[in-house]
Amino acid sequence: MSKTLAEKIWADHIVSSAANEPDLLYIDLHLIHEVTSPQAFDGLRLAGRPVRRPDLTIATEDHNVPTLNIDQPIADPVSKLQVDTLRANCKEFGVRLHSLGDSQQGIVHVVGPQLGITQPGMTIVCGDSHTSTHGAFGALAFGIGTSEVEHVLATQTLPLIRPKTMAINVEGTLKTGVTSKDIILAIIAKIGTGGGQGYVLEYRGSAIRALSMEGRMTVCNMSIEAGARAGLIAPDETTFAYVKDKPHAPQGADWDAALSYWKTLNSDADAVFDKEITINADDLEPFVTWGTNPGQGLPLNSNVPNPADITDAEERGAAERALTYMGLTAGTPLKSVAVDTIFLGSCTNGRIEDLRAAADILKGKKIADSVRLLVVPGSAKVRLQAEAEGLDKVFLDAGGEWRNAGCSMCLGMNPDQLKPQERAASTSNRNFEGRQGKGGRTHLVSPLVAAATAIRGTLSSPSDL
Amino acid sequence: MDKFVTHTGTAIPLRRSNVDTDQIIPAVYLKRVTKSGFEDGLFSAWRSDPEFVLNKPAYSGATILVAGPDFGTGSSREHAVWALQNYGFKVVLSSRFADIFRGNSQKAGLLTVILPQEAIEEIWQLVESEPQTSVTVDLDAKNVRIGSKIHAFQIDDYTRWRLMEGLDDIGLTMKKIDEVSAFEGKRADFKPKTLPALQ
Repeated sequence: MSKTLAEKIWADHIVSSAANEPDLLYIDLHLIHEVTSPQAFDGLRLAGRPVRRPDLTIATEDHNVPTLNIDQPIADPVSKLQVDTLRANCKEFGVRLHSLGDSQQGIVHVVGPQLGITQPGMTIVCGDSHTSTHGAFGALAFGIGTSEVEHVLATQTLPLIRPKTMAINVEGTLKTGVTSKDIILAIIAKIGTGGGQGYVLEYRGSAIRALSMEGRMTVCNMSIEAGARAGLIAPDETTFAYVKDKPHAPQGADWDAALSYWKTLNSDADAVFDKEITINADDLEPFVTWGTNPGQGLPLNSNVPNPADITDAEERGAAERALTYMGLTAGTPLKSVAVDTIFLGSCTNGRIEDLRAAADILKGKKIADSVRLLVVPGSAKVRLQAEAEGLDKVFLDAGGEWRNAGCSMCLGMNPDQLKPQERAASTSNRNFEGRQGKGGRTHLVSPLVAAATAIRGTLSSPSDL
Repeated sequence: MDKFVTHTGTAIPLRRSNVDTDQIIPAVYLKRVTKSGFEDGLFSAWRSDPEFVLNKPAYSGATILVAGPDFGTGSSREHAVWALQNYGFKVVLSSRFADIFRGNSQKAGLLTVILPQEAIEEIWQLVESEPQTSVTVDLDAKNVRIGSKIHAFQIDDYTRWRLMEGLDDIGLTMKKIDEVSAFEGKRADFKPKTLPALQ
């Protein structure tokens, strides 16, 4: 019977299956960080259980860590306790950990791919909703809660009800200045924050094929913002070439065996998706969010929408609340909105290509006097690579700040936060109320829009320069 | 996990859609390493407003949260479920829940019930006019009873059984651990391992 890619990966990982029960699925890789794991390790200790497969588990410190003065003890005692707890747990249970200061430390979803432990056809979980990032490799990857973290630590499996599948076809060619971030923001605006609930998304079409691995990761990363736990892209030559020279890539005969398996990982031509939508890539423009959920986005050339024009009462109310929170007036051109802070980083857009794209625009220019620019590489390795290419100098010469790796202002668990009413153009993934700091106002953008906005001080695309 | 069969209490109307888990509990409150004490952070940004519904004395002691559509979107933090439970909620009613939040609630024993938006609207109106209206959520009979109205809901049989028995998933999976071992014996050799660490 013909299958979609997600159905193939699912079928290959079923440990046991029975009528009227969830399938028990084997998990190939479990990624851990300090925030969602302490209660899970506690649970193991209480029950006297070991970590079943430390060799399929890896931890890093990312959510809480400071991005300044990382050679000193973490100043916030509560953050320090959480990081120290992860270190103690990893030591006690034999889990590999990349700590602050280690050259492989970084955001968990940047570290996995760069080590080559993210590979096609795998099941990958982490106590973090942006685990969908790894779907870019043709893996079934999704976020889980702490109870499930404990379940995977103890059994290397999860009981799961099989999701439905949705094909998202992105056909055509992106214009200059339009990026993978704009693709995913446009998709979320189209299907809404609940549109993907209950589905695994498969991104297909010529515009997806044309993306680099890093661009594909940006798309898959924000699947959860459309309500889908997982989003994936069938692996191809771009994928295989990316994995091949990574430290944990299969070697020799293993590579050949892996490659022949990976080449079977695509949706059969006659496979039927539960739902299918198509986006025309030719028409896409740089996108920006105006509201307080990622579905409230528009092309940058638009005006702030008027809630009175929205027919659905619930959506209208949400738009009214969002405009009040964001301090915006209906009808204002989005390009006239002045920002205070530009955040370039996160598991969405904190990889080397993102930094290169932004540096390319900032080179030889200065940021506006009214803004601060925070550049936070997604991992220590990305930081080193950027420094080897001189990108750090570009950001510093432009007037920006060059930080160490971590989740940073994406969620403001560390000192990198917005102040009340402070407005940010952010390359991260969530514009929720208070997400980047209590009372802070977030506009989600691509790295290109972030860089152009830093120079002009108002929301801008590179074509405005 | 405590068994959940039926619960009777009063309800709070939360007339908002897209309540994400950053609203339920902001990231700055996630630094605890225990599962308790998260009630402090529940809806913290909104609770500074005296008019926010949780601050109204008429609703004190309520144990059932009646929320707008797409409740629990965003981050996978189970702390959102713990915060609701720590505060005293036993049940959340909504027309749509985000997948990860719903999964987390079912693991932790917070009952999430999906009702049509019209039913949610009706319950909102009832508890707004009579905040002390008694609401019964019956998992055995799969319905919500309020006044003379009975709203039936659907839930998969497995989750319902597990919640009604108060069973822990890990214990259930441990009964199948031989099958897990057998599966491991057949896994392809090329699958990556994190140990030994290669860099």
